[in-house]
Amino acid sequence: MKFTLSWLKDHLDTTDTVEAITEALTRVGLEVEGIEDKAKALAAFTVAYVIDAKQHPNADRLRVCMVDTGAGEPVQVVCGAPNARTGMKSVFSPPGTYIPGKDITLGKGVIRGVESNGMLCSAAELQLSEDHDGIIDLPDDAPVGQSYAAYAGLSDPVIEIAVTPNRADALGVAGIARDLAAVDLGKLKSPSILPVRGSFPCPVEVRLDFAADDKALCPAFGLRLVRGVRNGPSPEWLQARLRAVGLRPINALVDITNFMTLDRNRPLHVFDAAKVKGDLVVRRARAGETIVALDGKTYTLSDEQVVIADDAGVESIAGIMGGEASGCDEGTTDVLVESALWDPLNIARSGRALGITSDARYHFERGVDPDFCRPGLDLATAMIIDLCGGEASQMVFAGELPESPGAIDLPWAEVKRLTGLDLPVVEMKLALTSLGFHVSGPGERVKVAPPSWRADIGGKADLVEEILRIAGLDRVVATPLPRITGEVIKPVLTVLQKRTRSSKRLLASRGMVEAVTWSFISHDQAKLFGGGSRQLVLANPIAADLSDMRPSLLPGLIRAAQANADRGQGDVALFEVGQIFQSDQPEGQLIAAAGLRRGTAKLDGAGRHWDGAAQAVDAFDAKADVMALLSGLGVPTGGLQIVPGGPDWAHPGRSATLRFGPKGVIGAFGEVHPRILKALDVKGPLVAFEIHLDALPLPKFKPTKVKPKLSLSGFQPVTRDFAFIVDKATAAGEMVKSAQNADRALISDVSVFDLYEGVGVEPGKKSVALAVTLQPVEKTLTEAEIEAVGARIVAEMAKRYGAALRG
Amino acid sequence: MNEIDHLGASLLAEIASAQDEAALEQIRIAALGKAGSISALLKTLGAMTPDERKEKGPLINGLRDQVQTALSARKDALSEAALEARLASETIDVSLPVREGPEARGRIHPISQVIDEITAIFGDMGFSIAEGPDVETDDLNFTKLNFPVGHPAREMHDTFFFAPDANGERKLLRTHTSPVQVRTMLAQQPPIRVICPGRTYRMDSDQTHTPMFHQVEGLVIDKKAHMGHLKWVLEEFCKAFFEIDTVKMRFRPSFFPFTEPSVEVDIQCSRKGGEIRFGEGEDWLEILGCGMVHPNVLRNCGVDPEIYQGFAWGMGIDRIAMLKYGMPDLRPFFEADVRWLQHYGFRPLDLPTLTGGLSS
Repeated sequence: MKFTLSWLKDHLDTTDTVEAITEALTRVGLEVEGIEDKAKALAAFTVAYVIDAKQHPNADRLRVCMVDTGAGEPVQVVCGAPNARTGMKSVFSPPGTYIPGKDITLGKGVIRGVESNGMLCSAAELQLSEDHDGIIDLPDDAPVGQSYAAYAGLSDPVIEIAVTPNRADALGVAGIARDLAAVDLGKLKSPSILPVRGSFPCPVEVRLDFAADDKALCPAFGLRLVRGVRNGPSPEWLQARLRAVGLRPINALVDITNFMTLDRNRPLHVFDAAKVKGDLVVRRARAGETIVALDGKTYTLSDEQVVIADDAGVESIAGIMGGEASGCDEGTTDVLVESALWDPLNIARSGRALGITSDARYHFERGVDPDFCRPGLDLATAMIIDLCGGEASQMVFAGELPESPGAIDLPWAEVKRLTGLDLPVVEMKLALTSLGFHVSGPGERVKVAPPSWRADIGGKADLVEEILRIAGLDRVVATPLPRITGEVIKPVLTVLQKRTRSSKRLLASRGMVEAVTWSFISHDQAKLFGGGSRQLVLANPIAADLSDMRPSLLPGLIRAAQANADRGQGDVALFEVGQIFQSDQPEGQLIAAAGLRRGTAKLDGAGRHWDGAAQAVDAFDAKADVMALLSGLGVPTGGLQIVPGGPDWAHPGRSATLRFGPKGVIGAFGEVHPRILKALDVKGPLVAFEIHLDALPLPKFKPTKVKPKLSLSGFQPVTRDFAFIVDKATAAGEMVKSAQNADRALISDVSVFDLYEGVGVEPGKKSVALAVTLQPVEKTLTEAEIEAVGARIVAEMAKRYGAALRG
Repeated sequence: MNEIDHLGASLLAEIASAQDEAALEQIRIAALGKAGSISALLKTLGAMTPDERKEKGPLINGLRDQVQTALSARKDALSEAALEARLASETIDVSLPVREGPEARGRIHPISQVIDEITAIFGDMGFSIAEGPDVETDDLNFTKLNFPVGHPAREMHDTFFFAPDANGERKLLRTHTSPVQVRTMLAQQPPIRVICPGRTYRMDSDQTHTPMFHQVEGLVIDKKAHMGHLKWVLEEFCKAFFEIDTVKMRFRPSFFPFTEPSVEVDIQCSRKGGEIRFGEGEDWLEILGCGMVHPNVLRNCGVDPEIYQGFAWGMGIDRIAMLKYGMPDLRPFFEADVRWLQHYGFRPLDLPTLTGGLSS
């Protein structure tokens, strides 16, 4: 909402500075977004006289002007304007002036061989209008040397405020003045409005044609004819005001309606009575009806929209935009003035459906003062007669003004309860009454009736806000919030929250970089990763490739890895811990942790190095990441099964599913499937893992924090090595478990220290070398005892895996 | 010079000139071995008279001890020299670069870091962390929060919607973290103190807006919580978060459907050379919205507004991260460019705490 200082002063008797006024506006909740002071911006531009303008010797379209700037010797200026001529008065800017319309600072120059010491300016160059056609042409009596801004009356600062949706009353200058008066920035002095006595009946009847439950679409409609008007340009003061706030003056009748909209938040419409056929009917549009509106565009209407129609058809889209056919122009002599109430919601919907943004819509959809419907028509009528002459008819008024809502019960103590601020009752009462509220009743509880222009006030909390914003929010005293109990803080994070946090730190400590990627991915990608169900497809995505809620973190990460590779960062290790979506239900949203490594981004480092180049990543890098994550999170991995083969995104032979039993799948790791790489247009090598943090077993609750007793053996451990020849498909991890089971009391560790296939081992077989550590507990082992354990291991391996000791 | 002195002098000279352990050993054998020269002298003692033995014994034994000591000393000297020689040949180029360790390469995203910072501050004030789904119902995202029917946010141009289900219900992506307030109040009796960090979505895209962003909501409900407490909580938070001793805040009346009175909060700052500093300067920067929870919202959540009261606030996590750490543009937050993440990200062990400081 824009207005000028002088406009405000029509309604507010004040001597305060612009600074004080803008500060107060922000303080009462009408946040100032900007102050534009043309007088300051245009200080260097002065009125000048063109002594002589003659043809430029070297350019057809240029003129060389001698200009009297009122400051000493005449100045030579090269000018390209077609209207530059000897004897005219225009606007001059010397070198060094900032030209707002061109965003340049003017310098001295030589144009086609002729020196130019300044510029004669167009209105567009001063950002005063769109007029590029020539330099400003001033009347002969314009005083040479005077500031142009002062001469043209531009020294009226324009203030722009942001009006929150609840404050429709501040969409009129009068309403803004009321708020300022309430905080002592002056005295409210909006001109009073006298009813206009019509001298003849309005010849046009109005009928509200709505079903009983539709009446709210147009509760009331006032109309009056003013005949014998002369419509032409409105007076300069009115044009200047409209221009200052960014509106284009059109003609007096239209300018008056625009003025009323901004001055009083009372949008009106004017019809040229000569172009209206018969009486007016206000009704729902019929589907398919069309209208050419004042913006020159044709709109096709539906029965969701309300129109004003005459015998010839639709003449106006109610509360949004009038029709071209019945619009007022210079030829208008009889004018019908409409002041109506519309349903704000319907106006908003209709405006959106039709794609029309108009001032009328803006004001009506936020709400207007219903009680001002009649006075607004009277004020407009008086203004028309004042500016255009003519004679007014009586008002026809269809429908009824809505009843005002009841008074609100307000205990004064509510202010202290909600704000902690102890204000005197007198002050609170004055705050409300100065805003137009009616306060009745003595004592601690009063009845407060909101004014008709404050439809947003519904309860006592709203009244507290009104009192508070007038009293000043800065008076609220910061008060320490006491702890609920006086104890040392108890932990606040849940297991899942802790695991989410820890996962990030753990993975980062493995050299991976945390990414945060979009929650939505393309439909194709979602399908590749097990998603794409209808319930998770956005109806209105912001881009076609951001349409589906992600079923996995991997597509985003994989694409991110490639994007990094495309920027020359091919060896990347990325991870993300975040939400994934299996359904549109709250329980369908899970927290996943996923990581990937590309190129040679190994744990110990990537790329070539004097100490040995890093190899390409493989599935075991991803396995190491996920196992480190599980162990770091304290997940007991005793029951963890690593089942060959992963989900569809993984290479079937180089991946595994991680699970605690068949129904306890927690995730997977492996090489990314070549088909997935191709579909995502990504180059490998690329390995990844993803686990669902929600699916991890919870730690067991223990009554004490005591750790199990540690018993250390005093005897030397002994290690024996075994190399077994087994089928290539045999799982080494299983062999380790079997070896351990040969004597659970004695065997403290089994590790795989060598794998071999090739010369000396027959094809289809492999050699798996195990180092078995025995830890005696009670006494040193004899060679015979060690041999016995070894024999059990060999026998077990032979039985389970057909393993033979390598010769 | 007698024979013993002579032998001694010659042996000591040989020892002193021995160049390695083998030469020393030869000298030892020649002197102290079974057939050695000193051994031979020692053997003569047996045949001597007691008087002779009394005179020669100490001389011969003295010679033996003297030679033994010299041999041992020379051996030590030779092995010391050998070690020195070996050390002198064993050098490495310590300037060779080693591989950067994983803990030096890994990074935490600024959003995670800032959420941890926020958690540290509010955790200390006794707040828990509440969470809710990103895919929400219209009821929880709008209706229960007192958004009027027909509010522009409910239309397609602000909010991401899903297709209507069989019952005609249309799910949406939450436009703010406020539905978590509602879920908390519906699930729990006051007193309530929670913060709700999370992802939020709106159809917006420019330098400071992305269709996905992060917010943190705060909610306090009890029988006494008023705007003075709200002001204190926010002031303490801003001081702790921006790690400054004083902060000047400006509370402006504003409007949100779910709070009444509603307030927007600016903090004072200076902008010099593209750097924003808080606790100084003359500019105001809008940082969050807040207010007393609207009685309708309390009622909608089964909380009696005549008995309970409280306040809520919401702010952009990405935004305060940008303000604190100086990222000029929001969009790279979600582009996973490792160069950006390496620069603006945090080391794995930079865990924010109030005792150790939020940032290092």
